[in-house]
Amino acid sequence: MKIELNITKANMFEWARNYCFVLPAIAIFSVFYIYPFYEIFNLSLHEWNGISPNRVYIGFENFKELMQDEVWWSSLVHAGYITLIALTFQNTLAFALALACDREIKLKKFYRVVFFIPPVLSEVVVGLIWQWILHAGVQGGEQIGLLNRFLDKIGLHHMVNDWLSDPKTALTCIAVVHSWKGFGWGFIILLAGLQTIDKQLYEAARVDGATSWQSFRNVTVPMMVPVILVVVILTVLGSMQVFVLILSMVNQGLVFHTEVPVTRILVAMTGTNRFGYACAMGINFGVVLIMISLLFKIISSRMKQA
Amino acid sequence: MIQCNKYRLYSGAKNFGINVFLLSVAVTCLFPLFWMLRCSFMSLDTIFVDKSLIPPPLVFTNYITAWTKGNFGVYLLNSVIYTASVVVGIVIISSLAAYAFSRLEFPGRNFFFYMFVLALMIPLPGSFVPLVVMMNKIGLANTRIGYILCMINVGLSMSILILKTFFDKMPSDLEDAARIDGCGRLLIWWHVALPLARPAIAVIVIFNSLNVWNEFILAQLLLNDEALMPLQKGVMLFTNTNSVDYPVIMAGLVISVTPIILVYLAMQKHIIKGLTSGTVIGESC
Amino acid sequence: MKKIAHVVCVVIVGVAIFCNITGCVRTPPEKNVVTVWHWMTDRDQAFKELAARYEEQTGIKIKINLYAPSDAFSRKVVASAQAKVLPDIYGILGKKKIFASFIEGGFVVDLTAEFQKDNKQWEKSLFPKALAANRFVEGNVYNTPPGIYGVPIDVTNIQMLYNKKLLAKAGIKHPPKTFAELLAANKALARVGVSGLVSGFGEAWMAECFASNYAFNIMGQEKVFATYRGEVPYTDPDWLKVFTVFKTLTEEGVFARGIVTKGNKYAEQDFALERAAFSFNGSWCVNVYHKMNPNLEYGAMLPPAISTEYPMRIWGYAGSSFVVNNHSVRKDTAIAFLKWLTAAEQQAYLARETKNLPANRRALASVPDVLSDFAEVMDQTTHPSIWPLDESSLVLEKFDKGLQSIIIGEKTPEQIAQEVQEVKEREMAKQKRK
Repeated sequence: MKIELNITKANMFEWARNYCFVLPAIAIFSVFYIYPFYEIFNLSLHEWNGISPNRVYIGFENFKELMQDEVWWSSLVHAGYITLIALTFQNTLAFALALACDREIKLKKFYRVVFFIPPVLSEVVVGLIWQWILHAGVQGGEQIGLLNRFLDKIGLHHMVNDWLSDPKTALTCIAVVHSWKGFGWGFIILLAGLQTIDKQLYEAARVDGATSWQSFRNVTVPMMVPVILVVVILTVLGSMQVFVLILSMVNQGLVFHTEVPVTRILVAMTGTNRFGYACAMGINFGVVLIMISLLFKIISSRMKQA
Repeated sequence: MIQCNKYRLYSGAKNFGINVFLLSVAVTCLFPLFWMLRCSFMSLDTIFVDKSLIPPPLVFTNYITAWTKGNFGVYLLNSVIYTASVVVGIVIISSLAAYAFSRLEFPGRNFFFYMFVLALMIPLPGSFVPLVVMMNKIGLANTRIGYILCMINVGLSMSILILKTFFDKMPSDLEDAARIDGCGRLLIWWHVALPLARPAIAVIVIFNSLNVWNEFILAQLLLNDEALMPLQKGVMLFTNTNSVDYPVIMAGLVISVTPIILVYLAMQKHIIKGLTSGTVIGESC
Repeated sequence: MKKIAHVVCVVIVGVAIFCNITGCVRTPPEKNVVTVWHWMTDRDQAFKELAARYEEQTGIKIKINLYAPSDAFSRKVVASAQAKVLPDIYGILGKKKIFASFIEGGFVVDLTAEFQKDNKQWEKSLFPKALAANRFVEGNVYNTPPGIYGVPIDVTNIQMLYNKKLLAKAGIKHPPKTFAELLAANKALARVGVSGLVSGFGEAWMAECFASNYAFNIMGQEKVFATYRGEVPYTDPDWLKVFTVFKTLTEEGVFARGIVTKGNKYAEQDFALERAAFSFNGSWCVNVYHKMNPNLEYGAMLPPAISTEYPMRIWGYAGSSFVVNNHSVRKDTAIAFLKWLTAAEQQAYLARETKNLPANRRALASVPDVLSDFAEVMDQTTHPSIWPLDESSLVLEKFDKGLQSIIIGEKTPEQIAQEVQEVKEREMAKQKRK
């Protein structure tokens, strides 16, 4: 009996010391996240224009209205589309580049620096450049936009388009630019992950007579699954919440075809002055993101088992 | 012999392919930077007209104009202070927490970890109102420390997630050895775990430096005085005030991008192989 | 090398910690300092120069703080209002309803008495149109006590501009006055390879403004207001005509390609680089065009009228206004500064430096040439902020997006009229339930 008590006491002491490791993080987090979160949730139950002294309590009305808000759900679909392109196009590119730079290759250092330029550039520059590339206008019979001019020159006149004003291409253009701007992130995280794989594992695989594909399949991929998962989660979060790029490319949007959740939230907050509704959108959006990440979690644990 | 040549040819072709691929991606990345530099050396009369690759008269005055008009001296110092403080803060706080989540035992470990992960998912669009109200109540509004704490919070969740993933992946033999040698957990964290996680910490440093360096919305909300504002506010004001003076805007942007590229240059070196030797422990304990 | 890096790191962290600590010590608010928050990046330098002059004359220090872009500024003001830390003088952005909420919340001083002092001296010195944006009339829909609550700094109006050289190249003698002339002019321009009209329709309010101009021309003010009150549906033939203007201008190729998502910054660039013959833009453009292309030869004109029944009305209003914080302890000092700022001399300086139309009538003499084109039509202007009522923001959103749909040929004017009317009815039902 006495011994047991001692163990618990020791455990308690042990735990207390372990808690000290997470305490600073939890303290900052509580003050700067949990408290505002509580306030936001509270606001989402009110009708409020952001400034008026009277906030009207309306219960879950905002959430009910949100359920029927077609534009809101389509904005989620648009963000999903951008995310899908980012997950496939951007992450494949990032992984391929990280693998290439992990090899003994000329100009390795140069590439490692250069691939990180797009994420560093401000949205202002990216917006300016892509506006110039995708410009739809004509001056003196010649296309102004680089892309259109290029298509014109190589004889593909029928492909010349109003890239950002055409519902069929606007969102794809945004997704491609977003992927271009973002692949550098995946690249360095994956590269850092590749560096932590023990070289001896590759040696062992070579000794066993594995081809480079086999060692990739049996050594690299299994070792990289957790890092890939992090990159996937970060890509999903980054792409679902993209908006500065959209503002700099299509301003307030092309009808409702380029709306994403964050632009809808901003419109509700400062455009139509429905603060409570904007907060409800934020919470709804969070729930959707949590569900998506749970899905990934399940898929990845299945993959691990397989 | 023939076999050998064939192999060489094959791997040569493969290398060539890889190089072409890498180069073409690199060109698309370099192009905007080159374009920025090019524009920053032109004058307003030529920028819309001159289409040559490198414009003949290089105009350096744009940089002087940008520096003085944009009041970059003050802003730059502020940004360095903010970035350094936030990054140091985040690296210490998040690596402590991530190490505990990965290696130490305590009740509610998973609960707290998932709390941080969930925070990544739920954006708080209107949180600026309660945030400003709270900061004023506790007297941290319009202070550097208040802004730094806020920015630490912004990067915390993501850093913990990345670091925990890397700690989980790392073999624990070295730590076990250190423990046997009688190192306390704080010493193990500092002397074993942190050096081993160097690539991941480099990623975190890059990630958060960029984040703090490019931030100005929160800064404008929490800070009032011009003397406390970070660089991006200067850049943004500057782009709006000279909305058409592209050469000067580009010069300002080049100035603002350079430090962060330097940080990346310094950090990416740490994303390297070869942290296997056991000497680390010998030195530390 | 490594050592140096370490030393540098230690120094940076040391400086950071030092600055943090010193940053914590807050200086108590000084008595003779008036703080101004604004969002006008283009006018910041001029304001600061004027503040310096004011200090020289009176010994009162004016601190001008700029927060931008305007979205960030409104967020700052909204949050600071909740935290009760607004400065002595600030600006309110957004619809008049928001202005009314600020007044209701007790954040704004009623300046009526000040304006009417000494036989309404201050009030009379300013353009009535500029004051109207800050005035709440008897029986307004917001239930705000009547009075003047803000001080206009300048006035703005939005018109069409034409490129003289390009018009001459197409053999067009005078800028089009009627809609038919505009279409004819566009045909002539197309023959010489020149695009028609460019504007920043990517910023929804600009398309809304263009539509509003034609709505006033087609059906007159009373019917527009009746629509907002819900007495006339958006499916009315007159509104259909307004929507059809956009369809016609698209089909005839008057709208430049890519207009729907173009930011005004890029639209201004296109017009300044002579990529389009017409532009729809505000009076601030004089400054922008002057910087981009000093040799640009252009003039201002009203949007070509489509109907002769009612006059064309363009938007014109107080471009920017300041209010005084009701909780400030330096109200009188703040008001005195605003009086000085709107006096003829300072207004003339602002007009010269920033090429904006002054709010003070007497300063008008000193504005540049093209700007006087804008000033001339100030009598023909109107603006939502001076209307006694306003349309629901959700209806307007649908309306603005509908205009885009028409331009990209996705929907017909009839469909859009129907859709906007549906939102209108839903909003009216919501109002009634309250």
